[in-house]
Amino acid sequence: MFDVSKIRQDFPILSREVNGKPLVYFDNAATSQTPVQVIQTIVDYYSRYNANIHRGVHTLSQEATDAYEKARGIIQKQFNAQHPHEVILTSGTTHGINIVAAGYATLLKAGDELLVSAMEHHSNIVPWQMLCEKTGALLKVIPMNTQGVLQMDVFETLLSSKTKLIFVNHVSNALGTINPIRQIIEKAHAVGAHVLIDGAQSTPHLKTDVQALDVDFFVTSAHKLCGPTGVGMLYGKSELLNALPPYQGGGEMIAEVTFEKTTYADLPHKFEAGTPNIAGGIAFGAALEYINQIGLENIAAYENELLEYATEQLGTIPGLQIYGQAAEKIAVISFNVDGIHPYDIGSILDKLGIAVRTGHHCAQPIMDFYKIPGTVRASFAFYNTREEIDLLVAGVKRALSMLQ
Amino acid sequence: MKSIEEIQNEIVAEFSFFEDWMQRYEHMIELGKSLPLIDPHYKTEDNIIKGCQSKVWVHAQLEGDALVFSADSDAIITKGIIALLIRVFSHQHPKAILDANSDFIDEIGLREHLSPTRANGLLSMIKQIKLYAIAFQTQLN
Repeated sequence: MFDVSKIRQDFPILSREVNGKPLVYFDNAATSQTPVQVIQTIVDYYSRYNANIHRGVHTLSQEATDAYEKARGIIQKQFNAQHPHEVILTSGTTHGINIVAAGYATLLKAGDELLVSAMEHHSNIVPWQMLCEKTGALLKVIPMNTQGVLQMDVFETLLSSKTKLIFVNHVSNALGTINPIRQIIEKAHAVGAHVLIDGAQSTPHLKTDVQALDVDFFVTSAHKLCGPTGVGMLYGKSELLNALPPYQGGGEMIAEVTFEKTTYADLPHKFEAGTPNIAGGIAFGAALEYINQIGLENIAAYENELLEYATEQLGTIPGLQIYGQAAEKIAVISFNVDGIHPYDIGSILDKLGIAVRTGHHCAQPIMDFYKIPGTVRASFAFYNTREEIDLLVAGVKRALSMLQ
Repeated sequence: MKSIEEIQNEIVAEFSFFEDWMQRYEHMIELGKSLPLIDPHYKTEDNIIKGCQSKVWVHAQLEGDALVFSADSDAIITKGIIALLIRVFSHQHPKAILDANSDFIDEIGLREHLSPTRANGLLSMIKQIKLYAIAFQTQLN
């Protein structure tokens, strides 16, 4: 039984005040809040078994290693990877993308083509531009329409035997659009290209099965999923990860080191040089368990209700325009009102205790597409309420009465 | 001409009449709306400071031994704060600008707009004002 008032009690931060008002937290697409169950995991780790992993014979190290590898198993199960070693624990989505982009520098040649969607976060654009500079490969863009939907017919015309790699987000952080990744992966594989899906915005809302999708690489971050910052995962098919060179050299990632030659460890350690964010990894697992106990289906159903309600209520404000009107979208509303700068609305909402994101959302190409400086973005999570949406709508109206 | 410190004290005194944030913000919005702050001629790519949130344009020129600033922003609240910064720093000697600080923004309760996380271009604008002062002081010497 989904009971939002009971769920809210799990999140201590939701009872704090901001500028003398109860916090209304609508910046979930940037970072989700952390339940006590996850916070307690971190406290337990540092209170009871803080030790380095994979290298100690002592009990603490063994306990820490077991907990860390158990978390890897939870992550594997969550995304249905075939093997635990296909799950690389990273510092986050950006790190995962960089591991793959850096690795492909050895596999591409001048004239090869990469495809990116028009609605990517900068973290899924810049590493590939750097890759193109290194290799002479060409970056091509899959365009979108004004609704914020990818033009799949154009995508098909961009595909050829030269296409080596395609990287698209499952869900756009700035627009909320759910992209047709299954179709993209199928078409890509038909020309022999590999696909990396950025799941940072989708994994908190949608179930992901990497085997059913047949996706080649999939990345996400724990902090979007009620976990801590600074930890995430890169999934890759074994044979593809094995073909990539290591990203960083150091401890843990080696099999044998002499001054003449070093051989690398097997997956996943080959990509996990140095002491990782151990508490973060363990807490990532705890966060997934917390979400699963509520149920992603329940979460999605409730968030869809919030999205519908908020879209309807914000729609009553004259001059308010919503960017991203795809039929398939998650609970994100990006908007502007009548030429008023998003920074001005966001600053006043903050004074009212309402946290939204303003600006270009690290997706400048989208803002250029709409010819706007940015948007106000309200992104909802399963612990938000209709009453909070009412406060947002009242807050926007108040901001407008001051600004207009 | 009043000194930078005198002008800052004046602004702090003016803001002390406001009872809450609403009144302060309404005042900033008025300032932002009313002032023509820059000749469109100077709203060039060279003069732009791109914050993550809002854009700021700054132009400086020497008149006698005083430095005159004009500036603009695409966000009204940012523009209101720019109006205050111009009132404080414009028509001052470069040396006086270099010796001054911007603590008055804190005192009038608008500190959050100078936080690095806001990325609205204001911090960079203050830095730019100081850089102009250094450059023009060299020219005066």
